[in-house]
Amino acid sequence: MRGLSKSFGGVRAVSDVSFAVAPGEMLALIGPNGAGKSTLFNMVGGQLPPDGGSVLLGGDAITGLGPRAIARRGVGRTFQVTATFGSMTVRENVQMAILAHHGEVWRFWRPAAERHRAAADALLAQVGLAAQADRATGVLAYGDLKRLELAIALGNAPRLLLMDEPTAGMAPAERVGLMHLTRHLATERGLAVLFTEHDMDVVFDVSDRILVLDRGALIAEGDGPAIRADPAVRRVYLGTGATSGGH
Amino acid sequence: MDSVLPQLLTGLATASSLFLVASGLTIIFGVTRIVNFSHGSLTMLGAYIGWSILTRLPRDPAWFALGILLTALATALIGVLIERVVLRRVYRAPELFQLLATFGVVLIVQDATLWLWGAVELPLPRPRWLRGFVEVAGGRFPFYDLVLIAIGPVVLGLLWLVMNRTRWGTLVRAATLDREMVAALGVDQRRLFTSVFALGAGLAGLGGALSLPNASANLGIDLSVITDAFVVVVVGGLGSLPGAFVASLLIGILQAFGIVLVPKITLVLVFLVMAVVLVFRPNGLMGRPQAEAREAALAAPVVRAAPPALRWLGAVALVLAVLAPFGAGDYYLTVLTDACVAILFATSLHFMMGPGGMASFGHAAWFGIGAYAAGLLLHWAGAPMPLGLLAAPVAAGIVAALFGWFVVRLSGVYLSMLTLAFAQIAWAVSFQWVEVTGGDNGLLGVWPPDWARSPRVTYWIALALSVGVALLLRRALYAPYGYALRAARDSAARAQSIGLDVARLRLVALVIAGAACGLGGAIFSYGKGGVFPTYISIPHSVEALLMVLLGGLQTVAGPIVGALVYTGLADLLVRSTDLWRLVLGAVIVLLVTAFPEGIAGAARRLWLRGREA
Amino acid sequence: MAVTRRLVLGASGALAAPGLLRAQGGAPIRIGEINSYTAQPAFTVPYRNAMQLAVEGVNARGGVLGRPLELITRDDAGRPQDAVRLAGELVNDQKVDVLAGAYLSNVGLALGEYAAQNKRLYVGGEPLTDAMVWEKGNRYTFRLRPSTYMQASILAEEAAKLPAKRWVTVAPNYEFGQSGVKWFRQLLAARRPDVQFVGEQWPALGRVDAGATVQALEAMRPEGIFNVLFGTDLTNFVRQGNTRGLFERRSVASLLTGEPEYLDPLGDEAPEGWIVTGYPGEMIDTPAHKAFASAYRGKFNAKPMCGSLVGYALINSIAAGIAKAGSVEVERMVEGFRGVRFDTPAGPAEYRAIDQQGTLGVYVGRTALRNNAGVMTDWRYIDGKDLLPSDEVVRGLRPASAS
Repeated sequence: MRGLSKSFGGVRAVSDVSFAVAPGEMLALIGPNGAGKSTLFNMVGGQLPPDGGSVLLGGDAITGLGPRAIARRGVGRTFQVTATFGSMTVRENVQMAILAHHGEVWRFWRPAAERHRAAADALLAQVGLAAQADRATGVLAYGDLKRLELAIALGNAPRLLLMDEPTAGMAPAERVGLMHLTRHLATERGLAVLFTEHDMDVVFDVSDRILVLDRGALIAEGDGPAIRADPAVRRVYLGTGATSGGH
Repeated sequence: MDSVLPQLLTGLATASSLFLVASGLTIIFGVTRIVNFSHGSLTMLGAYIGWSILTRLPRDPAWFALGILLTALATALIGVLIERVVLRRVYRAPELFQLLATFGVVLIVQDATLWLWGAVELPLPRPRWLRGFVEVAGGRFPFYDLVLIAIGPVVLGLLWLVMNRTRWGTLVRAATLDREMVAALGVDQRRLFTSVFALGAGLAGLGGALSLPNASANLGIDLSVITDAFVVVVVGGLGSLPGAFVASLLIGILQAFGIVLVPKITLVLVFLVMAVVLVFRPNGLMGRPQAEAREAALAAPVVRAAPPALRWLGAVALVLAVLAPFGAGDYYLTVLTDACVAILFATSLHFMMGPGGMASFGHAAWFGIGAYAAGLLLHWAGAPMPLGLLAAPVAAGIVAALFGWFVVRLSGVYLSMLTLAFAQIAWAVSFQWVEVTGGDNGLLGVWPPDWARSPRVTYWIALALSVGVALLLRRALYAPYGYALRAARDSAARAQSIGLDVARLRLVALVIAGAACGLGGAIFSYGKGGVFPTYISIPHSVEALLMVLLGGLQTVAGPIVGALVYTGLADLLVRSTDLWRLVLGAVIVLLVTAFPEGIAGAARRLWLRGREA
Repeated sequence: MAVTRRLVLGASGALAAPGLLRAQGGAPIRIGEINSYTAQPAFTVPYRNAMQLAVEGVNARGGVLGRPLELITRDDAGRPQDAVRLAGELVNDQKVDVLAGAYLSNVGLALGEYAAQNKRLYVGGEPLTDAMVWEKGNRYTFRLRPSTYMQASILAEEAAKLPAKRWVTVAPNYEFGQSGVKWFRQLLAARRPDVQFVGEQWPALGRVDAGATVQALEAMRPEGIFNVLFGTDLTNFVRQGNTRGLFERRSVASLLTGEPEYLDPLGDEAPEGWIVTGYPGEMIDTPAHKAFASAYRGKFNAKPMCGSLVGYALINSIAAGIAKAGSVEVERMVEGFRGVRFDTPAGPAEYRAIDQQGTLGVYVGRTALRNNAGVMTDWRYIDGKDLLPSDEVVRGLRPASAS
C-alpha cells in the first residue's frame, strides 16, 4: 500500500498510509476506535475507492478495483459481522468459494453438490469443522462460524487475506485458537494476512508485525516488543483509556 | 396563462389527498416493514364509514369536521383489529409474507363492503358550503379544494410534532431506523406496532372521508388508492414523511399539468415518475439506504434436494398428469392447461424471488410480453404456433435484460416497485397503442393450428413445456449458477469477496425468469384464443406473488404447489359462489397464519421434524 | 337493500327453481351467462335480476319448444381470459345450449371469438363495442344492445341542432371512450362542417383526476362538451364541473348519462339540460313497459334499471330465436336468430340478418332535476334500425367469413 488516503466530507479518515505485507506474514493493524482501520481495510478490499495512493498485489496495481475484481486477483477477506451463505450447508459454503475460484459459476446443468467436495472437506478439516460439514450455518456456534469464514476465504486460494476483527464476539480461549490456526495456515500456505484486532493479547501473541493507526495516520510500525515500548502508541492508548479486551 | 394558477392549485389539492393516504402507509412500513396492501381498503372503509356518519349528522362545517374525525377513529379501530387478528401472527414470517396476509384482507374487505353498503356508489350530498368557490384568476376555484390544500401541510405538521415531541414518536422514529435496536431496548414491540398501525389506518380513513365531498364512496377506491399511495411512498422514500409530502406535491402537480399537455398520459404518468425517480435515486427522493436485511438472510433455511419419497410422489403426479386427458372432460383439461401455465408463472417468479432474492410486483409484464410477442407475430406475420412459442421467451428475455439493467441495482421494496412501474408501463403500451395491439379489446384469433387445437393436445403441449421448463429451472438452481445466485442473495458482500458478480448473477436470473414466464404467456394466449392487456394488470402480477408465497419460497416444489392450489381454489370458488373473494381472502389469511412458510415449506418442516439438528 | 341481499344470497349457479321444471316435460334448454358480477355489480346485478324474471316469465308461458329455460350465471371478474375459461366450462361441463352475457367490450369480443372458434351461439347483451358485430363480427355472435355507434350517432344528430361550434371531448381512456369520441366527431362534423374540436381529455377509467380535468377543459373555452365518462368518474367530474362552473352556458352531450345507474348517484347535483342517451325507467308508459316495470318491482322491490331492461330483453330475444329456429342445434339457431323479431319492454326489435345486431333502440332526452334527483325529460325512443348506417356500409365493415 502506498500513500493511501480517504476523506469523508472533508474529514480525512485515512491519510498517506504506506506499508507492505509479505507472504506468510501476520500483520496486525491496531488503533483506537475511529482510527481509520475499517476505512483502510475497505480500500484494500475494494469496498471503498481510495482518494489517493495505490495498492499493489505482487506488483500489480489493484487500486480502485471493485471488491469482486480484487477478490479474483487473490485477496480474501472475512467480515467483522460474520457473513456466510445461510441457505447452504457448511460444506456448500466452502464449495461455493471453490467454484467461484475456478470460474465455474456460469454452469447451469451439472449439480453443484458434487463439485470440489473433497477439496471443501479438506479445507474444513484444516479449520476443524469436518464434523459440521452437513449442518446449516445458522445452527453453528459463533466460533465455528468464524472458522467457516476462514475456510470460505481460503477456498478462493488467496495470496492476501484480510481479516476485520476476526475474533470479535468470541470467548478468549476461542480467539487464541482461531488466530493460532490462522497463523499456522499463513505459514503453511505462504499466505499474507492483514488483520485488525482489539484484543492486544491476541495481537502480541500471533502477529509478526504490528501497524498502529491513529486518526488516519500510521504512527508506529514494528514487532510486538517494539510497539509495546513505543511512546506514541502508549500515549494514544493511555489517552483513550482503551487497552485490551475488545468490545 | 390564466389557467396556470388554477391548475397549480388543483394539483396542490390532489397532492394533499395523496399525502393523507400515503403518510399512513409510509409510517406503517417504516416501523413494521409490512407492505400493507390493505391500506387502500382502509381508505375505502373510511369513505363508506364517513358517508354513513356524515349523512346522519347536521350539515354544518363543525359537524362535518366531527364526523371526519369520528371516521378516522373508526378506521383506526379497524386497523387495530386487522393488526391484532392477522398481522401479529405473521411478523416473524419471512419478508413479504405479510403482503399475502394483507392481500387476503383486501379481498375480504371488498366483499364485506359490498355486502354492507351495496353495489351502488354512495356520493355524500353536498351542503351549500361544500359547493362554494372563490374567484381565482378570473375563474372559480372550489372552496373545499382550498381546505384540502391546507389540510396536507397541517397533517404533516401534526405528525412532525408527534414524531419529534413525544416519547412515542421517538420510539417510532427509532424503530424506523433500526427495528432490532428498539426491540433490544426492551420496548414493548407489540404495542408499538399496534399503535402505529392504528395511526396509519386512521390516516387512511381520514383520507377516505375527506375525499367524499369531491367523489363518492365506491368499491373501486381500494385498488386505485393503493397503487397511487405506493407510488408516493416509494418516490418519497420508504418510511419518510417529508419524502411522502414532497412526492405527493411532485405527482399532484405533474398530473395537473401533464394531462393538459398530453391528455392520454393519464394511464401511466405516476408510474413513469416512479420509474424515473428510482432509476436516479434508488432509495427514493428522501429515503435512506435500507439496512442490509440481516434477518432475511438468517431466516432462509438450507435448501436441500427433495427426499426420495417426494421425488416418487412427483413422478406419480406427473404420470397422472400425462394420463389426465383419458379421464377428465374438456373443461377440466382447460383448467389443467391453465394450471400448467400457472406453474410456469409461479416457478419463474420463484426463480428470481426465492433464490434470486428479487421480489417482483410486476411479473405479469413478462407473461404479457410473451403473449403479445406470440399474438403480434401471428397477427402481423402469420407466424405459426411453434414460432410463437419460441419468440415469446426470446422477446420476454430481451426486454427483461434491458429493463433488468435498471432493476438489479435496487433492492427490497424499491426493486419490487420498480418492477411494478415497468409492468404498468408495459400495460399502458399494450392498452394505448391501439393500432398495433388492439388496445383493451386485445388481439383475437390467437388459436393453435388444427393439429394442436383439441383441448387434449393443447394440454399435453402445455404440460410438456411447463414441466420441462420447471425441471430446467430446478436443474439450474442445483447447478453452480443456482448456488451462486443464492450466495448473492444470502450475503452480497460475502459473495463479492469470493469473486462473484452479484449484479450479473441477478440480471441473468431476471432474464431466465422473464423468458420462462413469457413462454407461459404464449401458451396461455393460444389456450384462450386472444391476448389482452389484463394479462399485464396489477392483479395478475399479484396472483403470481400469491402462488409463490402460498406454496412457500424456500422449496423448489413450493411454487408448483402454490400454483396448483391457487388455480384449483380460484376456479372452484368462482364457479360456486358470488362471494368468492371473501372466501378466497379468508382462506389466504388462514393459510398464511397457519403456514407462515408456505404450504410446501410447512410440509417440508413436518417431514424434517426430528431428522435434522 | 333488496338488491344487495339478492346479490349476496343469489350465488352463481342455476337460477331456475326446480318447481318450475315440473310442468314441462323435456329437459331444460340451458343458457350459460357470463358477466362481471363482482367487478361491475352496480350494473350487472339489476341485469341478472331481470334475466331471472324473464326466465320465469318464459317458463310460465310454457317454455320454448315445450322445454323450460334454465339460466346458469358465472362471474368473469372483469377479465376476458376468465370469461373464455368459463365459457368452456359452461359449454363442456354444463352442456349449455346458448352462451350469453358480457358487460365489458373486451369480454364480449373474447366470448364472440370463443363462439366462432368452437361453433357455439353467443348472444351478447350489454357490450357496446362496434367491433363485436362489424370488424370482428362472426357468424355465431349476436348483440342486443345499441352499440357505441348507435348511441353516438343520435347524440351527434341532436348536437348538430345546437349553435355550439367549439367542442371539446372528455372520455375514459379505453376502447369505449375512444370509439364514442371517434363516432361523435365524425358524425357531427359530417352534419356541421363549421364545427371545430378544440381539445380532448382522456382520464384513466375509474381514476379521473376530476379537478384537473375540469380545469383543463375550462381553459379550452369550449361552447360544447361531449362526455363519455360514466360511473364514479362521472360523479367526480360533475361535482368539480358544477363547482367550477364548467357546464354553465355551455351545451353538453353525454353518452349513457341518462341511465339511472349513472344518473341516480348524482342526486341533487345531477346536471340540467344535458343531452343524453339513457333510460327513463318508470316514466315510460307503454303497456309492455308498464307490465315489465310492475313485475320487476313486485319481485325485487326496486325500480328497473337500464341493465334490467337489457337483461329482460336478452332472455326474451333468446327465447324467440330458439323458437324460430325450432331447435337448439347451433347452425339452425344461427339461421333462426337472423331476422328474428321479439318483443322488449321498450318495443319490438329484431336481430338484423345483415350484421346480427339487435335493433333495441335508444332513449334520448335531456336531463333535469325533479325532487332533488336527476331524471330524463323530453325523451323519445328511437328504434335501433334507424340508427344504423346503410346496408352497403355495414357489408363493407363485416368480414366475409361472418356470413
